[in-house]
Amino acid sequence: MDWLIGPYRYAFMQHALLAAVLVGVTCALLGVHVVQRRMAFIGDALAHTTLPGLVIAHLCGWSLSFGGLGAALVAALLIGWASRRQAVKEDTAIGVVFTGMFALGVTLMSRTRSYRDLTHMLFGNVLGVTTADLGFIAVVAIVVLLMLALFHKELELTAFDSTHAEVIGLRADRMRFLLLGLLALAVVTGIQTVGVILTSSLLITPAATAALLSDRMPRRMLLGAALAAACSGTGLTLSYLASTSSGATIVLACTAAFVVTFATCSAWRHLRPTAEEPVTNSEDLGTLSAEEVSRCN
Amino acid sequence: MSEPRFPYSCGRHADPVAGAPALITESLEVAYPGARRSALRGVGVRILSGSCTALVGPNGSGKSTLLKAVAGLLRVSSGVIRVHGNPVGACHHRVAYLPQRGEIDWSFPISVERLVLTGRYVHLGWMRWPGRRDREISAAAIDRLGLASLADRQIGKLSGGQQQRALLARALAQEADLLLLDEPFNAVDESTQDTIYEAMSDLREQAKTFLVATHDLSRLNGAFDSVVRLHSGKVVPQDAVATSCTIRQKERSWTG
Repeated sequence: MDWLIGPYRYAFMQHALLAAVLVGVTCALLGVHVVQRRMAFIGDALAHTTLPGLVIAHLCGWSLSFGGLGAALVAALLIGWASRRQAVKEDTAIGVVFTGMFALGVTLMSRTRSYRDLTHMLFGNVLGVTTADLGFIAVVAIVVLLMLALFHKELELTAFDSTHAEVIGLRADRMRFLLLGLLALAVVTGIQTVGVILTSSLLITPAATAALLSDRMPRRMLLGAALAAACSGTGLTLSYLASTSSGATIVLACTAAFVVTFATCSAWRHLRPTAEEPVTNSEDLGTLSAEEVSRCN
Repeated sequence: MSEPRFPYSCGRHADPVAGAPALITESLEVAYPGARRSALRGVGVRILSGSCTALVGPNGSGKSTLLKAVAGLLRVSSGVIRVHGNPVGACHHRVAYLPQRGEIDWSFPISVERLVLTGRYVHLGWMRWPGRRDREISAAAIDRLGLASLADRQIGKLSGGQQQRALLARALAQEADLLLLDEPFNAVDESTQDTIYEAMSDLREQAKTFLVATHDLSRLNGAFDSVVRLHSGKVVPQDAVATSCTIRQKERSWTG
């Protein structure tokens, strides 16, 4: 057991574990909404758009988290605004904004001398989280959890039936903005652990794995969070033992969980082909007779 | 009925004006952005409480547009809409709109029970969760439409007719007074049609009002009190329901 506990004798590994698990759980919970709303591309785009914010913050000596957050919020607002007006198709607008911002980040990077810090931005540096970083991550986790809990029924309704939401006076675009804002927050913490390029994996992979296992929203969120926590811990430990990049190993652990689940589910369906066939007609129901209807009253 | 503490729209839940019809529209004009011609051109209808009105007309005649305008989904260019004497938006909880099935993401991970429960949200508003009474009302609505055995099923695993019934169950759970149904009989099996007609005739006795866009002209006479015909965004003048035979013949020539 020593090989398992050994790494966590060091304070930096304890901090890293706490950060990785908190970020993984936050991203997975949001990710279930993101995957269901087919917003995966936006998550990836937001992560990339943080780069110029990070670089500018780095150059000016500001907090990297807030630099990244500023850029992500600006991008989230731009994307939300563009998708409202329909002047440009949403995925086109995202493509333009995200590649432009990322290129700006790379250009700014090439003007600085220190590439080492910037590699951390691209690929994460969970082993280097400070107490302040950990505080920021915890605050984001609490805010995201609280918002998802408070607005769960509205987020659900606007995702699958925005028409009914609008009829009862609930504006679907407001919930979308809320989700984009939370996404911006979560993405900035994801950059801390797995970096700009791999952050969308924390949003998508555990949520996609959970989607294979359940067709209920709350259960998917619980499963996704549990998977993310387990994979973050496993990935971090493995990266220490094998001396590999921590962010990439965490992502690989998530990917492995998805592949195993996918293979198992496919095999299961192959073995039991008629488990959950959609109903094509209502023969199993019969018609309500007039007496039955009157009895209901 | 308790009012939501934090309603979704800023407007308060207004009380119905005594003696006002369930729905009045006057010279209603609705234009889609970018369209050259208005989708509704001076539409005036008057629908009494507790009545059941069929909205007929060929594709593109403005049936859906009229329902959506009354539901508050479209911006009105000019004209008046009054629901129980109040403007649109003052009484969200009194209006239920059943969209065509394609407007809902049926792959969403939610059960039939939960879908029907969303009909209660207008009474709950922000920061309030469905309570026991809401669950009872939803369960009764599910039962009434013959979906009790499927209540736990994911909504995508229902047949088209069952999905339509689930949507009607939600409208019942909402306890709305004015129900706007957009093509509820489209591509559903006969038993679902019967169930929907039975539920409609049941609810009329509770002074609920129905406005139903439909292509199903075979039952115009039996199931509806009156018929509003639209053509190119205008109401075709009509005194009352003429003999069903002539209606059917005319409709056939319109819809092809």
